[in-house]
Amino acid sequence: MIPSIPSSRFFRVSYLSYVTLFFIFLITPLVVVAAFSFNDALFPSLPWNGFTWDWYLGKGEPRLGLFHDDALLDSIGVSVQVAIVTTMASLALATCNAFLFEREQFPGKNFLYVLMLMPLVIPGVILGVSILVFSSTVANWFEVQFGYEIEALRPGLVLVTLGQFAFLTTIATLVISARLRKFDITQEEAAMNLGASRLTAIATVTLPFLKPALFGAGVVAFLMSFENFNTTLMLVGSDAPLTIAMFDRLREGSTPVLNAVSVLLMVGSACLALISLFVQRPAKP
Amino acid sequence: MSDASGNFNRTQYRLGFWLLLAPIVLWLSLLIILPHIDMVLVSLRERIASRQYGFSFGNYTAFFTEPLYWNTFVRTAVMSIVATVLTLIIAFPVSFYIAKVLTGRPRIALFILCLLPFWVSELVRTYGWMILLRETGLISGALQWFGLADQPVEMLYNDVAIMVGLIYTSMLFMVVPLVTTLDSLDNSLIEAGYDLGGSSWNVMRSIVIPHAMPGIMSGCIVVFMLTLGNYLTPTLLGGKSSLWFTEQIYTQFITRFNWEQGAAFGILLLILSSLIVWLGLKITRQSFTRVMS
Repeated sequence: MIPSIPSSRFFRVSYLSYVTLFFIFLITPLVVVAAFSFNDALFPSLPWNGFTWDWYLGKGEPRLGLFHDDALLDSIGVSVQVAIVTTMASLALATCNAFLFEREQFPGKNFLYVLMLMPLVIPGVILGVSILVFSSTVANWFEVQFGYEIEALRPGLVLVTLGQFAFLTTIATLVISARLRKFDITQEEAAMNLGASRLTAIATVTLPFLKPALFGAGVVAFLMSFENFNTTLMLVGSDAPLTIAMFDRLREGSTPVLNAVSVLLMVGSACLALISLFVQRPAKP
Repeated sequence: MSDASGNFNRTQYRLGFWLLLAPIVLWLSLLIILPHIDMVLVSLRERIASRQYGFSFGNYTAFFTEPLYWNTFVRTAVMSIVATVLTLIIAFPVSFYIAKVLTGRPRIALFILCLLPFWVSELVRTYGWMILLRETGLISGALQWFGLADQPVEMLYNDVAIMVGLIYTSMLFMVVPLVTTLDSLDNSLIEAGYDLGGSSWNVMRSIVIPHAMPGIMSGCIVVFMLTLGNYLTPTLLGGKSSLWFTEQIYTQFITRFNWEQGAAFGILLLILSSLIVWLGLKITRQSFTRVMS
């Protein structure tokens, strides 16, 4: 079973082939998506008609390539905007939360901590729906009371951002708290003994220590926001983020331009993954 | 003087505490607690006339009297449980291989390879399966090429396709906790099990699996919740026949604009999901906080 325990050759070979099969299972769908973005055909299916860049660079229908498809490019822009705002907001709140849970003692702390974890166990669709219902209630109430329509509380990008922020903050809090727990508080006290105020000490000593965690949590939040589907689906208005735009096209049956978008997403995620690995690597002396 | 500064520090400190507490309370109350309370209230009302509502359990009785709703609910729950169990069965040997059989660089490489697909959007992964499984897809083409089928085979839009997609999408959330807990198991315990005459099966059952239980449980809970709340995979791979409960919620809210019914469905799904998570924690005597962190 483990290397130090002798096992039969048959067992070792079949175990290895099982693991190999597993990785083929894992990789095949992605390889297939990428490969068909270069197929010279109107649909992402066999037969293979040869190599083309049309699905990236094609200038007009029916072979409108990704870089000329304004609808798709716009939706990428929308997704990036939402993801940046969500990431920033959730990092800021998550840092506050980390300090609250790691540094303060107060009655009801455990209860608050469990509440803080709740967004992880609420299915995304339900989180989206509940925010949709509540924001409409508030908006309707305002309309009746003051005759004033709050556009932001109707389905649209503001609600999408709030919905994603609601659960990404929990994830970011867990990451940042874990790092803050490892911080040696005497360093902060030393800074204060040397005359720094508490805020200065936190800004110059503690926050730099948290930087890898902030960066890691930021990358995860950005990606999860960019790729979020369930919560977004319920809160989306007229401006569709990329996942919603892609989903609509997928249902209609689309040209391999979707494969090209997918390849772009893979490349983007891979770059982010590499950068975060690089940043989080412990510094060598 | 030191006294005064001490007092000043304390007030500053208390102020800091309230400043830290305020945002989290706002976040949890405005985006989590109040929306869910409101959803419960909406699910318990009935439209009498335009903009006039009365209290009623009608939306819940509709759920229990309409077989379509009820069947979809049970079907979603059962398929989610099956998907969770299958994911565990498929992931466990692989996790064991990564954590215990491999060492050094190959081990890190294989672990990263496991994580790789999950940096890519769920939509892209599901799209990959659509290309593989559909009538004009790769698997159908391969079957014809090998002479196993004489015409295109449609493999999309059935339960097996949904299951494959769900298992694929959930894999990461099972492999990571399993590798982490298996990794913390000391090899000498396994060796001791063998030295004492245990068979592979005995060692597995009385040493490895009990040790891995926290990982198994947190993996299963996360996979189950994600599967139950999944919308994309059942819709795209199952087509019109998928009958997934989140689709019912979507239909009630967006297509039929029957928010009261949709809210009731949402509450029911939330209850089911919380119930199963709670049962899972009770059975294995785990604490919620530990499993989640």
